[in-house]
Amino acid sequence: MMQGTRSHGVCGFLVAWLLTTQAAVADEPVRFNRDVLPILADHCFACHGFDKAKREAGLRLDVRAGSTQRLESGATPIVPGEVAQSEVWRRVTSRDPEQQMPPPQTGLTLTAAQRETLRLWIEQGATYEPHWAYLPPQRGEPPEVAGVVQPIDRFIRARLLVEEIAPAPLADRATLIRRVTLDLTGLPPSPWEVDAFVNDPRADAYQRVVDRLLASEHFGERWARWWLDLAHYGDSDGYLQDFLRPVAWRYRQWVVEAFNRDLPFDQFTIQQLAGDLLPNATVTQRMGTGFLRNTLSNREGGADLEEYRVQQTIDRTVTLGTTWLGLTVGCAQCHDHKFDAITQREFYQLYAFFNNADEANLDAPLPGEREPREAAQAEYDRKRTEILAPVAGPLAALQADWEQRMLHTETHPGEDFSWDRTLELLGLQWGQNLGEGQLEGLNIIKTPPIERTLDQRDRLLDYFLRAAPAAYSEKFKELKLNEVKTRLDALTKNLPTITRAPGMVKSPVARATHIHVRGEYLRKGDEVCAATPAALPALPAKDAVDRLDLARWLVSPEHPLTARVAVNRLWQELFGRGIVATSENFGIRGDRPAHPELLDWLALEFIRDGWSVKSLLRTIVLSETYQQASTARPELAVRDPLNKLVARQSRLRLSGEAVRDSALAVSGLLNRTIGGPSVKPPQPASVSKEGYSNVWEPSAGADRYRRGVYTFIQRTSPFAQFVTFDLPDTSRSCTRRERSNTPLQALQLLNDPVFLEAAQALAARVQREVRGDDAQRLNHAFLLVLARAPTADEVQRLHGFLRQQRLLLQDDPASARELNQDIFPDGDPAWIALASVLLNLDEFINHE
Amino acid sequence: MSNGMQRSLSRREVLARGAHGFGALALWHLLAQEGRTASTAPQVTPRAKNVIFLFMMGGQSQLDLFDPKPQMTPLHGQPMPASLVQAKKSATGGILETVMASPRKFQRYGQCGMELSELLPYTASMADDLCLIRSMYCEQANHDPAQLLLHCGTPLFGNPSMGSWVNYGLGSAGQNMPGYLVLLSDDGHGLEGAGSSLWSSGFMPSTYRGVSFRNTGDPVLHINRPRGVSPEMQRARLDAVRDLNQMRQQATGDAEIASRIAAYEMAFRMQSAAPELLDFGQETAATRAQYGLDKDLTRSFGTNCLLARRMVERGVRFVHLVHSSWDHHGDLNHRLEQNCGMTDQPAAALIADLKQRGLLDETLVVFAGEFGRTPMGEVRRGVTAGKEGRDHHPSAFSVWLAGGGVKGGQIHGATDDFGYNVVKNPVHVHDLQATILHLLGVNHEQLTYRHAGRDYRLTDVAGKVVTGILA
Repeated sequence: MMQGTRSHGVCGFLVAWLLTTQAAVADEPVRFNRDVLPILADHCFACHGFDKAKREAGLRLDVRAGSTQRLESGATPIVPGEVAQSEVWRRVTSRDPEQQMPPPQTGLTLTAAQRETLRLWIEQGATYEPHWAYLPPQRGEPPEVAGVVQPIDRFIRARLLVEEIAPAPLADRATLIRRVTLDLTGLPPSPWEVDAFVNDPRADAYQRVVDRLLASEHFGERWARWWLDLAHYGDSDGYLQDFLRPVAWRYRQWVVEAFNRDLPFDQFTIQQLAGDLLPNATVTQRMGTGFLRNTLSNREGGADLEEYRVQQTIDRTVTLGTTWLGLTVGCAQCHDHKFDAITQREFYQLYAFFNNADEANLDAPLPGEREPREAAQAEYDRKRTEILAPVAGPLAALQADWEQRMLHTETHPGEDFSWDRTLELLGLQWGQNLGEGQLEGLNIIKTPPIERTLDQRDRLLDYFLRAAPAAYSEKFKELKLNEVKTRLDALTKNLPTITRAPGMVKSPVARATHIHVRGEYLRKGDEVCAATPAALPALPAKDAVDRLDLARWLVSPEHPLTARVAVNRLWQELFGRGIVATSENFGIRGDRPAHPELLDWLALEFIRDGWSVKSLLRTIVLSETYQQASTARPELAVRDPLNKLVARQSRLRLSGEAVRDSALAVSGLLNRTIGGPSVKPPQPASVSKEGYSNVWEPSAGADRYRRGVYTFIQRTSPFAQFVTFDLPDTSRSCTRRERSNTPLQALQLLNDPVFLEAAQALAARVQREVRGDDAQRLNHAFLLVLARAPTADEVQRLHGFLRQQRLLLQDDPASARELNQDIFPDGDPAWIALASVLLNLDEFINHE
Repeated sequence: MSNGMQRSLSRREVLARGAHGFGALALWHLLAQEGRTASTAPQVTPRAKNVIFLFMMGGQSQLDLFDPKPQMTPLHGQPMPASLVQAKKSATGGILETVMASPRKFQRYGQCGMELSELLPYTASMADDLCLIRSMYCEQANHDPAQLLLHCGTPLFGNPSMGSWVNYGLGSAGQNMPGYLVLLSDDGHGLEGAGSSLWSSGFMPSTYRGVSFRNTGDPVLHINRPRGVSPEMQRARLDAVRDLNQMRQQATGDAEIASRIAAYEMAFRMQSAAPELLDFGQETAATRAQYGLDKDLTRSFGTNCLLARRMVERGVRFVHLVHSSWDHHGDLNHRLEQNCGMTDQPAAALIADLKQRGLLDETLVVFAGEFGRTPMGEVRRGVTAGKEGRDHHPSAFSVWLAGGGVKGGQIHGATDDFGYNVVKNPVHVHDLQATILHLLGVNHEQLTYRHAGRDYRLTDVAGKVVTGILA
């Protein structure tokens, strides 16, 4: 591949540079971040880096102070300017297996070009630079390029000019409207939209399309799905029993609405991490913290509550790192980070922000729910008191005893087996299948009775009546508490419901945070306070900092990562590849930005424009860079096979959701309702049998045809079609989906009854909408499915196909009947086969 | 593709080409260029080509099957030594206090004299081919984390499973089937475990994901033509799709379309290969009886075992059988008998059959659960005498391996008098994984996949090859 490219001259050098190969060239000064760091990070830092526990021979090469310091052996690793005296040079060129670096058993070797880069670097003075991503973005004027106005285009073109590569021509209008409609709404355009755009003579025709799409409510659905990968959203607990979370969708809805109203990304961030801590927080703001509720819950017997609470807190910390910082902070959970400047202590300082946050669902009434409830509440409270009155005293005493024992048992485990178990069950069973936090019950107990809300009191009492341990059964009989419970249940059943939503609250009792030695939850090391990593800007000086401070810190304008990480991911969604390709990792082991100045310009523009996601997307899709044709260019296949230079657009396979949505949309089956609870489209029953206790009861009627974003995510057996098309595992945050290309995808599109149903509906639609001959119908079908007219070759091939299918079906009337079913009784079943061909085309499942 | 790229093809890529056509090839290129693949060719001489992994979901009672403890018999019903049981907690709230000796008779089998339980008469007949490890251990006491550890090398969700790693490392040799197939069976209690996470490709592309293969109904999801589509119509559909895709490829120049065309062709071949796999017409009555297909009790697992052999014959690299459930917190005696009844004969038949066909040398068969069970009886509330169970026990359990470069007729490792802790030659789950990869010719420390800034391994940061069991 490219590693050997060391030819001199502009072209060779630039190729080397572009492809981030580590070869440098003699007449160009070596740059540490660009040329040297990747070599050191990949080959040396695992033993000679930031992690002091794993540091060998006392040598660290990640800072100049380390590499230029004389070792115990007497040798000096790097003597700037003196290659021959530098031990590093001697070791990397040694042929003695005992001496050679990296050691042969690591399986790592340096290429000749890499060694040469190191030699030049030492010779030129071994200068270090801070890691680029920890430095604030630099505002640079977009370079002047003749005839190019748009800033993004100026950055891209300036680079292409140096490369002597011409940009691709703009895509034709049909391709463009299909691309931008899929990108902004996740759905294909209608033939009428295509037609209107193709024939719109106005200068701002494209801009009008973009603005229409940004205003569409489908915009929020498409970008919510993108964000839900980061949040690792699911409709169930995960783990063995994978209990349901019937109100998880409230958070999803919150995200859809946030994108649709263009909630500024800084507010979007703050509300998801700390909406509950905002002054006078509204229900909507608090619902944002549903973000933190997408972590798994283990309710299996024997699961230690504290162990899994720690797991959840770790997941929240790691998710924060992935989502906003673009850093793999999780690596520092058991030891100092091997590559990035994050110590284990710093990991737990970050963890401390979440260690005092607990899960708690909140009342978040849907429209129309509040009034009936308020009307009924007083009467309910009165009757409840009436039912409880005869047993109030003894019941309160019993409950108080239980609460005391629960509190005691938590701090004194192992004293009494059955109380241990009772406490465990309080965590395992509280709100099971209701998607409530496992510790909500215990937290109510920890809240002094006087501070409990009426609702908390009722809920705790209801739990106690339902799940009181055997130790109280005599008392229960004596007081006839089971009858009381039955009466309360009947009363509650008639109380108008308020739909709840997942959220977070500050823990009722503060927990101290310790470093967990080797990441083990029971092995506690030093106590630490909440703080942010030293390599990043400092938090405002305050006595105690909380999640709200953390969230505000993330979106402070001087933060070097948040805006860059966000704009990079938005860019990735539109081009298939981020400016930093490793969109999950801006650390030392991550890729360097292909266009650093552009990345910084976008980040600063994002902030300047009030963190408006819509505005940023608008800027990008209006660029000519985005509008380029995606046609492969043989001359670039060698120079830029990954399209880092963006001298053309990329062809990208659609997500599993978009594939399904598109099939439903073009066939007219799609139910475009926005929002609401999750649905379960039909799929073979065998899929859910792979989970432990999951039942997939398919939704009926129009709910079968909702958009993919609304499909129920049962974590242990997710919707099979999406899995086949690379739905990421929902147990952790995912920043970029894979795009595989497998036979199972072919089987899905060919044989899945849902896709056949789409073909039937599409065939019916085409025949209904066009009364003309095959040629006219073919034209319409192409417009519907691919947003373009067929070529002459395609027309000829498909006419042949129709003829052939008609002959086959003539001889096989049973198949013809089966195929046509009742969808379009007078229709021509050959058209169903044709529609199915179109829905199987590579072009149909690609963004061109 | 440029010549420059083709020059960099490694052995593994060539294998991948054989497996999935251009798709895998293109994919590998992408990975290589993205720096995802950190190391390549096998460094060890391979002993096995394929793996059949018989996963006994739920955790078998090693004390009633593989690890006899006659020392416990006189202590039956007495409290466990306090030194062993402190801090032990039941997974389901049953009471766990007293020693429960196994009621099972053990005797020596084969020339090697391996002691096995009366519940495994068929397996015992293959004793001289088995390598029994009695000293397995791990740290995970819940099903999901322990199952994930055994399959993916970490108790966390989201990582690739062993079958994905093996296919990523070696590619698949089959032309008509994916390289990683999964077969499920259960005793009527459903699958008690982490579900498809156990055969997920985690952060790798779904190309490496295990494909569920069912022995009833549609063997592979959507493998059958939909109603109303005859074979001729299907072929005509595929031809039209291919031709139009080719036109599109000419227009766009995108090599990924060639992968798509290859994937459709493989899908088409799978449509005939899958029913062919399931068609046991060519198998003799003796073979079918050997696997127990003639009996209700053994038919389900037996079918899967016979399918496993047929898959290996057709070049499937990793066959993953999951049998559930061995999670016997109660009614151990009855349920253990039932599950052994379902699995013993077919598992033994699989070894014998592979051996007779000369396939055992190149096929590694692994029989393992995620953990073992306690020497204490577990008595849940309301449980009557004779219906006790045993709880999860990760500190010591047994697995066996056969074929594929392991030495048969040997016992590796030992536990204490209660089977509570390992006392000799401990083998961690990571060590087992390192050994499986070693037998396939792969150094477990060098088979890596870069994800989120880190080079991941199946064995995480641990694992030592258990050299003592190698032939």
